[in-house]
Amino acid sequence: MSIRERLSGNEAVAYAMKQINPDVMGAFPITPSTEIPQYFAQYVADGLVDTEYVTVESEHSSMSTCIGAQAAGGRAVTATSSCGLALMFELLYVASSSRLPVTLACVNRALTGPININNDHSDSMGARDAGWIQIYAETNQEAYDNFLQAMPIGEHPDVRLPVMICQDGFITSHGVENIELLEDEIVKDFVGEYQPENYLLKHENPLAVGPYDVTNYYMEHKIQQAEAMKAAKPVILKIAEAFEKVSGRKYGFFESYRMEDAETALVLIGSSAGTARAAVDKLRAQGKKVGMVKLRVFRPFPMEELAAALAGCKAIAVMDKAESFSAAGGPLFAETRSALYDLDTRPKAINYVYGLGGRDFTVDTAETVFAALDEIVATGKTGEVYRHIGQRSE
Amino acid sequence: MAYNLRAEVQKKERFAPGHRLCAGCGAGITVRAVLRALEEEDRAVVTNATGCLEVSSFLYPYTAWEDSYIHSAFENAAATCGGVEAAYNVLKKKGKVQDNFKFITFGGDGGTYDIGFQSLSGAMERGHDMVYVCYDNEAYMNTGIQRSSSTPRFADATTSPTGKVSNGKRQNKKDLTQIMVAHGIPYVAQSTFLGNFKDLHEKAHRAIYTPGPAFLNVMSPCPRGWRYPAEEMAEICRLAVETCVWPLYEVIEGEYRLSYEPKTKLPVAEFLKKQGRFKHMFASGNEWMLEVAQNYVDKKWKELLSKCR
Repeated sequence: MSIRERLSGNEAVAYAMKQINPDVMGAFPITPSTEIPQYFAQYVADGLVDTEYVTVESEHSSMSTCIGAQAAGGRAVTATSSCGLALMFELLYVASSSRLPVTLACVNRALTGPININNDHSDSMGARDAGWIQIYAETNQEAYDNFLQAMPIGEHPDVRLPVMICQDGFITSHGVENIELLEDEIVKDFVGEYQPENYLLKHENPLAVGPYDVTNYYMEHKIQQAEAMKAAKPVILKIAEAFEKVSGRKYGFFESYRMEDAETALVLIGSSAGTARAAVDKLRAQGKKVGMVKLRVFRPFPMEELAAALAGCKAIAVMDKAESFSAAGGPLFAETRSALYDLDTRPKAINYVYGLGGRDFTVDTAETVFAALDEIVATGKTGEVYRHIGQRSE
Repeated sequence: MAYNLRAEVQKKERFAPGHRLCAGCGAGITVRAVLRALEEEDRAVVTNATGCLEVSSFLYPYTAWEDSYIHSAFENAAATCGGVEAAYNVLKKKGKVQDNFKFITFGGDGGTYDIGFQSLSGAMERGHDMVYVCYDNEAYMNTGIQRSSSTPRFADATTSPTGKVSNGKRQNKKDLTQIMVAHGIPYVAQSTFLGNFKDLHEKAHRAIYTPGPAFLNVMSPCPRGWRYPAEEMAEICRLAVETCVWPLYEVIEGEYRLSYEPKTKLPVAEFLKKQGRFKHMFASGNEWMLEVAQNYVDKKWKELLSKCR
């Protein structure tokens, strides 16, 4: 029996952590993820978990703590946002290259500067090449569900990679929604025990972690990491399938919404999907063949699957909630357009960078984007590929 | 049982030969001396900051460490060790780990006084049951003898070179041991390689077996960076102590104990003149530098004595 509750996204993730009962948590506050270690501190104070709650002096040390704890043979979690994730940058690479399946709850917030506390994806997108699995949520329910799937994915023997579970700062982290929680026993069963093959505290043999890797070996180790990320794809689907059995909720690499006969579509990540879905419904009611793809898994990038989902479209707009200052578009666009290249006939593609620093994304904005796609379909001309939307100067 | 170096070195070596540290390197000597202080039945997890020691002792696929070992980055050894210790506490409580483990971190002065200072301070404040050992060789040796906050005044380092308008490093050495004392942790000590290593051995043992955080600052000379013949290591360390440049003392639960008081305090110049990094201080016209150096050591020594009495 699932439990019906009303929780914010932060509380939902903290609750998932409580149910998992990890061995170590590295705790340091940063808006908007602060509530996660706060809720968890109360679980610790009330004796509801066995976790060693390590109140570090920085996010740099929270990731370092997680690395040490996970290498020791424990399960380690942390939560952060924005500058906190940026401060961890070097250690994100250490965690993934040491093949330590640490789990990080990332509550997406704009990266400084100027300093801004509101949502966009510039923090986690900046860490996209750090070797972490990245899974994004649209809703509080998804943030909770994704967090429960993180460890079975990351700890899988074929994978052994750290996992970042992302949700939109304030929009879901602080927004209270109805949510269905799984019972503790079901969670325990689903997540299972962490059983690493080797760890620092193992009785049978000592272990050395984090070598100086000379030119003769470094590349092989990087290829092993790359192979692990490829291997994560089927594992993510397998775990999603198992999760559906216990929760009734279905997950994949992405969600295709009204894409069956769609001629134009938006590709986006996170909470904006709810808004885009409303725009799609509105335009569908007017007889327009529009759809949406909401990407859930950004790392590993589901290249072939995404291309197949978009193959029938005439024009698509990829919505990036992060700048990459490439002068050629955002990160999601770069990868999505690259995916389309392998199709024999491919839709025209444009990029909108939107929603930076908490700028609103409305149904109107989504309709404007669909109108731009209509124009491209009608004229056959793509025009400017790299665009911004929602800014004052429009 | 009374300390006996001959018996101590008969113990199974925990830091194996074959590592690639320079001949005469102080880091390896510190590591061996500290690890000898572990009871043989106890296991250890060693954490190491990036630096000479790390790149010379764990080159994939070889490791010189007989105990479990983790290197994560330059600036986070203490926090990494804290994470290992935290996991140990839980796993031990849950019955998943049965062995007794001790947690020892090694960092150079770069990883300890400077880039890893915040991480060290945090870990000590939180009270992890661990020992942080700084092998202090007074400069960033791994990258080629750049000055650190531990480099003493007037030392000629590659980022504080002497020149027409430069007398070497302009600032005095940071007194990290005192800063660690100010953390109010159960045990802080300063040591170096002296005679039969009794001082270092006993301090390492106390550091390891005192519950809670402990900090051990070990002057670990670098023949390359300090510019002296490697075989003069013991003499250099002796002079550091006899001149009171590097006093031996410990602070147990806030109480100062002087480990050794020279019968006749030697002039600082005796220590300085052995080393190429201070050569310019002995040029004619630079006598004032020796005086400044002497006055500084005298002042620090007096302060220490007043704390110890």
